[in-house]
Amino acid sequence: MHELALADSVVKAALQAADDAGITRIGRIVVKVGELQQIEKDLFEFSLTSVIPSQDPRLADAEFDVAEEAVRFACRACGTEYGRSDVDIDSAGDEGEAVHFIPELSHAFARCPSCASPDFDITQGRGITLERIEGSADDAD
Amino acid sequence: MTRIDPRTAVVSDRLAGVQRIIGVTGSKGGIGKSVVASLLALSLADRGVRVGLFDLDFTSPSDHVVLGADRRFPDEEFGIDPHRVEGIDMMSVAFFAGDAPVPLRGDAATNALLELLAITRWSDLDVLVLDMPPGLGDTNLDVIRLLPRLEFLLVGNGSRVVIESVRRALTLFAELEVPMVGLLENMHRGTSTAIADLAAAHRVCFLGSIPYDETLEEALGDAASLRQTAVYAGVPTLD
Ligand SMILES: Nc1ncnc2c1ncn2[C@@H]1O[C@H](COP(=O)(O)OP(=O)(O)O)[C@@H](O)[C@H]1O
Ligand SMILES: [Mg+2]
Ligand SMILES: [Zn+2]
Repeated sequence: MHELALADSVVKAALQAADDAGITRIGRIVVKVGELQQIEKDLFEFSLTSVIPSQDPRLADAEFDVAEEAVRFACRACGTEYGRSDVDIDSAGDEGEAVHFIPELSHAFARCPSCASPDFDITQGRGITLERIEGSADDAD
Repeated sequence: MTRIDPRTAVVSDRLAGVQRIIGVTGSKGGIGKSVVASLLALSLADRGVRVGLFDLDFTSPSDHVVLGADRRFPDEEFGIDPHRVEGIDMMSVAFFAGDAPVPLRGDAATNALLELLAITRWSDLDVLVLDMPPGLGDTNLDVIRLLPRLEFLLVGNGSRVVIESVRRALTLFAELEVPMVGLLENMHRGTSTAIADLAAAHRVCFLGSIPYDETLEEALGDAASLRQTAVYAGVPTLD
């Protein structure tokens, strides 16, 4: 399950962000899961809880807030903006599997619904992002 | 607090078991970076060095062709596992993309690189060889930015069309203080010493001259035949 590696990156990034912001107890870790990568929200939540280091005091009260984000594409050639249902990537087969591992491989399989260009930007909903962390500075530390 | 890209937080973790990271680069296409990177990895593996090969030329991956590696999805566990080919741990977008062309702009190439760095499980390696795309563009700048331990092995040849861009590359890498394994001449023909002279002028190690080898094309894809080529004989030993 490569979701575990991504979950591990979220937890490590949250700890780095906490240290940078002087947060000693993290309350909430707000994560977005982009539609393009086809990672199931439940599975990702499970991955996050299974990689979290149980001994780290900064994470003792931490809760995850995982939300899904729709993918949007913007065509560089004709300007059309479009979504997942407008493109033909076979999610069950090898194409979907490739995009699941490397969302940029959508450029190999997806085409603009208006002009058939592969030259598009993924403007949102690509993959996993850490939106923000919330927490407090424990003065006793 | 703004959005954070979580992947950068684990790049150094994922490469923690790797002793040296060597980017085989060159400012032009078609000068033999992929062949040199692949045969450098093969020759190191043959001498018992634990070696990985990471094809970063996402729009034109070649190392799987050079070494005759099957294109199939990597196994997935806590991340994805490189394929084992002739004793080399290999990762390439070719394992995912099948025959489809992969047109990527710079930002997309950066994202693909970060994704693979974040999810690939390299085992403990003495050397990880990166096969770089040509030029001084996105991916070359990305590895300089993301991998502080990176060393470059620069491939050039004695053609006047190539020499000028080799000089530009040497100037940039010196300015950015990227450690250099050295400068390797490939497809040497005639008696030109231009590349050796350039190495001396820029105070980088000259790693030798690999001759133009007519037998290379036939040998591609077959490790036993590749071991008989001048490229295999001419890649540096790194010791
Ligand atoms: N020393 C050599 N002798 C003969 N052909 C070579 C030699 N080095 C590379 N080639 C050939 O030159 C072409 C370009 O090599 P490649 O490694 O793909 O270059 P790059 O990665 O720099 O674009 C390939 O067909 C390769 O087989
Ligand atoms: Mg190449
Ligand atoms: Zn379009």
